Amino acid sequence: MKDFIRQLAGITGQEFVSAEPEERYIYSMDQGTMPPALPDAVVMPGSTQEVQQIMRLANRHKVPVVPMGGGLVLSGLTRALNGGIILDMKRMNRIIKVNPVSRHAVVEGGASEGMLQAYLKKHHPELKHSMPDAPPIATLAGNICIHGSGHLSVPGGFHSDMLTGMEVVLPTGDIVRTGSCSVSQDWFARAPLPDLSGLFLGWSGTTGIITKLGIKLFPSYAHNDLLVFVCEDADLMPDVISRLTGTQVAEDMTPWMTPKPEWARGFLHINISYGAHTKKELTFKRNLLQASVKKYSDRKIAGFLPMPPPQKSRFLKVPSADLVTFADIRKGGGFEYVGAIMSIEHFAEAYRAGLNIAKTHNVSYSMGARIIGAGHAMMFFYAYAFNRADQEDVKRAQHALEATNTAALEIGGIPWKAELPAQKQIIDKMDPGTFNLMNRIRSLMDPNHIMNPGNWEK
Amino acid sequence: MLHEQILHRCFRCGYCKMPSNYTDLNCPPYLAFRFETYSPGGRMWLLKAWLEGKIQPGRRFAEIMFSCTACGNCTEHCPFPDFKNLLLEAFTAGREAFLDGGTAPAGVKDYLTRMQLHGNPYGLPAKKRADWAAGSDTESYSGQEYLFFAGDAGSYDTRGQEMARSAAGLLAKAGISFGVLKMGENSDGNDVRASGETALFEELAGKNTELFNRNNVKKIITLSPHSLNTFKKDYPGLGGNYQVFHYTQVLALNMGRLKFKENQEPVLVTCHDSCYLGRHNRDYFSPRMILSTVPGIKIAEMDRNRQNSLCCGGGGGNLYTDILPSGEESPARHRIREAKKTGAKIIAVSCPLCAIMLEDAVKSEGVADILRVMEISEIINDRLV
Amino acid sequence: MPEIKFDRKLCSGCETVDCLMKCQYIKFTSIDDAKAEKLKINAGETSRVLNECLTCYACQEYCPYGNNPFYLLVEMQEKKGILPAPKPIVEEQLRMMRPKGRITARKVSSPVVNMCAFPMLSGNVRGKLFEGASVISGNDLFCNIMWLHFAKNSTIRERVPQMIENIMSFYLKDSGIEEMICFHDECYGTYTSVAEAFGIQVPFKPVHLFDYINRRLDQLSDRIKPVNEKIAYQRPCSNRLSPATDKVLDEIFTKIGAERVPRQYDRENALCCGGVPRAQQRDELADELVEKNISDMVSTGARYCVFNCPFCMATLGQEAAENGLMPVLVSDLVLIALGE
Repeated sequence: MKDFIRQLAGITGQEFVSAEPEERYIYSMDQGTMPPALPDAVVMPGSTQEVQQIMRLANRHKVPVVPMGGGLVLSGLTRALNGGIILDMKRMNRIIKVNPVSRHAVVEGGASEGMLQAYLKKHHPELKHSMPDAPPIATLAGNICIHGSGHLSVPGGFHSDMLTGMEVVLPTGDIVRTGSCSVSQDWFARAPLPDLSGLFLGWSGTTGIITKLGIKLFPSYAHNDLLVFVCEDADLMPDVISRLTGTQVAEDMTPWMTPKPEWARGFLHINISYGAHTKKELTFKRNLLQASVKKYSDRKIAGFLPMPPPQKSRFLKVPSADLVTFADIRKGGGFEYVGAIMSIEHFAEAYRAGLNIAKTHNVSYSMGARIIGAGHAMMFFYAYAFNRADQEDVKRAQHALEATNTAALEIGGIPWKAELPAQKQIIDKMDPGTFNLMNRIRSLMDPNHIMNPGNWEK
Repeated sequence: MLHEQILHRCFRCGYCKMPSNYTDLNCPPYLAFRFETYSPGGRMWLLKAWLEGKIQPGRRFAEIMFSCTACGNCTEHCPFPDFKNLLLEAFTAGREAFLDGGTAPAGVKDYLTRMQLHGNPYGLPAKKRADWAAGSDTESYSGQEYLFFAGDAGSYDTRGQEMARSAAGLLAKAGISFGVLKMGENSDGNDVRASGETALFEELAGKNTELFNRNNVKKIITLSPHSLNTFKKDYPGLGGNYQVFHYTQVLALNMGRLKFKENQEPVLVTCHDSCYLGRHNRDYFSPRMILSTVPGIKIAEMDRNRQNSLCCGGGGGNLYTDILPSGEESPARHRIREAKKTGAKIIAVSCPLCAIMLEDAVKSEGVADILRVMEISEIINDRLV
Repeated sequence: MPEIKFDRKLCSGCETVDCLMKCQYIKFTSIDDAKAEKLKINAGETSRVLNECLTCYACQEYCPYGNNPFYLLVEMQEKKGILPAPKPIVEEQLRMMRPKGRITARKVSSPVVNMCAFPMLSGNVRGKLFEGASVISGNDLFCNIMWLHFAKNSTIRERVPQMIENIMSFYLKDSGIEEMICFHDECYGTYTSVAEAFGIQVPFKPVHLFDYINRRLDQLSDRIKPVNEKIAYQRPCSNRLSPATDKVLDEIFTKIGAERVPRQYDRENALCCGGVPRAQQRDELADELVEKNISDMVSTGARYCVFNCPFCMATLGQEAAENGLMPVLVSDLVLIALGE
């Protein structure tokens, strides 16, 4: 190992390699409940060529490699389960180019959500990208790889749907391109070629390291507003969501159900963000949204909260820090959640399962969802806060998460960015042919089994 | 350890690494080193691990702790209101533990030793402290409205001394009544306190307080925002109660007394907010107010300005201890590259430490022919009749 | 529970039916049409007025007999289960504004200013204008008048006596103080008009902010520097419950050199700011009300747009500012005149 680490330093420079106890400790775990797994070293490459050299070296020595973006996945996917090295990609953070006419941007594999937002605001204020509610240091590549979603997921789908192509370093050190950039200078689409991008989306970093990617951009609006819908009956939610998405004017739609603040307990809210180029257009969109659920507001069983303009600005902030501050509600800095991707008709069932689990396991919870596409699916999340300094509290959260993964699968949903135990549950339910193909692809691409091993195994 | 009860509450969300507009990274040691360990969140978790016996206070940990420049970006941007204001104190407490355990980096120990023996970080004789004022019209303090305090860099560093003379001269032109104490002052101790060496800080502050009180000082004008900060926040608890101003705060209200040359060449200036005048003491206004009243000056802001200003890397004793690397990734060089993008010809600073750090960076970046670091009073003096 | 104070013979004999004929939002074909609807309300029968009412409080002012037409209307809405706003919204508000039991006794000194459920606005009580004032606030002192907008007279009956008890036992009694200044029209309306109509005893003397300011301006007359500006005033709905204070406001404006420029939607013709209609899911009407108010204000050429209600200010303030009017409170304007 010592020799290997010395050779790593030869690739990136000594200042970007560390086998010190401090780095090994911090990089052994994330903020969730999964137990630590010590890497042998942490490496920070500065270019695709360095990544390639590192992968070739790792293959020669058969050292496991774990790619890491922001490290904010919470489900422990950037732990070195079998030792080896963690590749912290965040030095590779450039915004490479923006195509304003065909609305896409090309960025490096470690580029952060925040910096792309800032770059567009300054250089292309007419454009924006879909941001997840993760903290701004989260990487675009990391979020896309786990099929994340965000503030433009209603028009745009999952963030993986917004991918237009990639440059990837394979586990063997080969560099490949996927999408139009493999044939053309432009990174405009994955069509019409065989879609090799799929080999890297949702694989938890077991098939390669993204060094560049193209992402779709959307028009940004001068005028932005928010509606907050509230009702008491979870069974109404699928129809409400269907009607609201049927207008096709919302940019983001996020139901939320939380027991705190006290006044919100038991009510189901939906935050609906939308924007327009003019005030008239904005009012028109608002009217469309309100009219779509008139059947409920006319009966006075549901409606939109009156919110004076000063109150709205907090909800219109992108990303919202609210999800993060939830981590301190037990004064313990711990927070993890199950995000189950599922069909919308399971809303009430999913909600009641969550209430039940929170009660049974005595955990502080928050539930919500993000509607994906024109009502095509939802990411229904169950978030549990815990006090990291209280082992009992951590255990309670862990058990709640396990129960939630089980419940989500039973309902027909699939937990995203699944932590290790949940991966095994998914595999158990998975079509054997599917799992078989996954294994064959991994063997083909990673013959020495060095890419984030330990994940997606029976 | 003070504030150890908040250490585990850090979520390592990373908001502390960035400014509020996310344009780039904004934590100086994280920017320079890029390992998670060097971010504020890394420090929090490492301190917690130390208390739990999971990690020992080795050389690397020491470097991590003392590379923090106490710039306050983390406090400004942490999303947790319950403990964001305690972050820097927690880091200071961590550093104190390193000093107590004898495991602080050598550069830090040397810095503190010089402070202890000579009352300044240069290791120069105390009696030479007021030499900067020799040959100028600056009066000795004998009960004028203000005491002018030049601070360590202003007293001993060649460039710093130029700035002290420039600022003092400008205040005099603006009709401000002040004097300097020619004997007996020592370092204000701000960066000693930030380093965690509390006992030494109290000793330095005690000596200054005794001297100021003996001379019946009521109001102080400082050259350095570091001095401003500690005189305002820490000295009252140690018997030193004065009305304290940074010289730009007094000057901003007296610009009408200055006469400027006619037909000035227009020049684009960008403002670098110093951490201790800006984030720590919330004054982003005085330097800009001054510059905006000077004929011919137009201000072009950097992306990271005001509460988002990128620290030059000189705080927390780093100007003297050099824990932060001086290569391409040094905060000062990042800052110069950012200033260059504005197209400004001058980067205006209001702190001698910022001036020293950024001037070095200008040279390293090879842009001395297109960008000049100037202290605010130097910019004004240049344009006066 | 006592009924709303009301004499049905006054309504039967009324020839003008001002309460409904002057309504700015519901149209009637004739006085007879209006009378018919009013008698239905009085008898507890179904009337379209119960569904269409904007809850703007104006009919309380319009009625020449003080026969509490609005309070009675709300009573009937509640009796018949008619909800102006959707049930979940009302439920959430009821919870949000409920007393929290977070109140501790403290000595207070005159003038005691009640900031109701808005402790965050306590910064408005400052300067020589409010010298020596003690500010009391919090959910446990919430005046509860807002339930008139949500057909919840029962909540008013349930919570207001408790609020009065809190004010007395935690603050006024031990401090030996009898007067309490109501910073907002709502609170003043609760402890005068509403209390009287609902038969609720009020052991302290509520003082309207305008009366206090008017008195104080005489004491500080040598400090006044006239603002010499045109102002457009947005009269809040709850001021309709104490119309005499509108004259006091005129005196204040005169003393500070502010010209209350005549506008179409002021005084008896004041228009709802548009805040509450949104809760009623009537957003397009709310847009219209905002548009009418703003263009009316802009047409006066006024510099300031003056409010006396935090909800009106939150609803209209941004729009006013975008149209070149500076939104301020009455107390802010007075403070400006006093150089504070």
